[in-house]
Amino acid sequence: MKSLISINDFNKEEMLQVLDLALEYEADTNRQLYTGKVIACIFFEPSTRTRLSFETAANRLGARVIGFSSLDATSVSKGESLKDTIKMVSNYSDMIVMRHPLDGAARYASEIAGCPVINAGDGTNQHPTQTLLDMYSIRKTQGSLDNLSITMVGDLKYGRTVHSLLQAMSHFKPRFRFVSCPELAIPKEYTDFLDARDIPYSQHNMLEGQIDDTDILYMTRIQQERFQDPMEYERVKNLMRLDVSMLTNTKPNLRILHPLPRVKEISTNVDDRPEAYYFEQARNGVYTRMGIITYLMNQM
Amino acid sequence: METKKKLKVSAINNGTVIDRIPAGQLFHVIEILGLAKGDFQMTFGTNLESKVLGLKSIIKISDKFFEEDDVNRIALVAPDAILNIIKNYQVVEKRPVVIPSEIFGLVRCLNPRCITNHEPVKTRFTTRMTPGGLVLKCHYCEKETGQKNLQIISNN
Repeated sequence: MKSLISINDFNKEEMLQVLDLALEYEADTNRQLYTGKVIACIFFEPSTRTRLSFETAANRLGARVIGFSSLDATSVSKGESLKDTIKMVSNYSDMIVMRHPLDGAARYASEIAGCPVINAGDGTNQHPTQTLLDMYSIRKTQGSLDNLSITMVGDLKYGRTVHSLLQAMSHFKPRFRFVSCPELAIPKEYTDFLDARDIPYSQHNMLEGQIDDTDILYMTRIQQERFQDPMEYERVKNLMRLDVSMLTNTKPNLRILHPLPRVKEISTNVDDRPEAYYFEQARNGVYTRMGIITYLMNQM
Repeated sequence: METKKKLKVSAINNGTVIDRIPAGQLFHVIEILGLAKGDFQMTFGTNLESKVLGLKSIIKISDKFFEEDDVNRIALVAPDAILNIIKNYQVVEKRPVVIPSEIFGLVRCLNPRCITNHEPVKTRFTTRMTPGGLVLKCHYCEKETGQKNLQIISNN
């Protein structure tokens, strides 16, 4: 029995198997493979895209879905421990998809549950299904995952999708460019990770001038609460903002990704450009999550 | 020299002498090994002169021999410690402690958002030596804690 808690739980071959399954599901989306199975989607904090795409994925595979998306109507609001909640839910279901505000909650749940657990986000730690859908989007738009120039922009310190994608893409000989203000720079443990693998990278303070030789531009949201000084937030936000005027000398295969929700880091005048891929990226979440469910069901 | 004589006086017949404990870590070592709870004879000295550490502590425990995994837990607070195994007043083995690759239930995770600080979960870390010293990575939240910030949480 295998769970997916951290992107490091999957090796390169396993990631590619999931992406291949996702490709099959994109070609033929309605597959009643798991009629009679019950998948619990338990969300201890709000989510729109992740929860709906998991529920859609489970339904398209023929499974029934139980769960909750708010704590108000559960025993958690009465003080029930995570352990007791997981024990109970794993008695009712064949697989658990879980989001929780605390770091490490999904790993703990996977050690308690009697069924596979998929981490749909645990605090600031991991969001491995987002990483796999990002990889699916990259492979689909570039034809391959190998030897790509990837520019990551915004909150590189706290952004869990950035850290997981960096680790996952390290298997495919990438070149990284990190664009952020010093307060939100990529943490040292990740530059150490790249150094240990001889993966080239550079760091920059503004987005202007960093796009022209990029294959994948990975934008992230900068949260105002990360800054003590609101003026500093305004300054940084503008330096990291992507506008259509910056897309004049770019490579034809450039695609812009964003895990969403977007605030103002991508100007809406970019949305109609062929490079804008963030909405299609969100749609790929359903196929990728169908692939993940299938892969883990096959390991049982 | 006088110190050495005193230690010789309290030499033990059979048991374990834990030497080269940093002076300030004596009670951490006692706690980690659960020595305060045992019924064996134990003597200890602290703030003794040491060529290696400046000031050191030493613990002598009669008729007590440790499993390797147990005693390696003290490597977090006493990385230079040496175990002298005593049989019939003779040192029959000198064993340095080794930092274990995994540490269970001994150290608190410094990440306040880690599940181990909110639910009754036994902490678990993997260890890694870096140029800056020992680093512990939490099995649950995957955040790293440096040796300087370690917080010992309990005895065994």
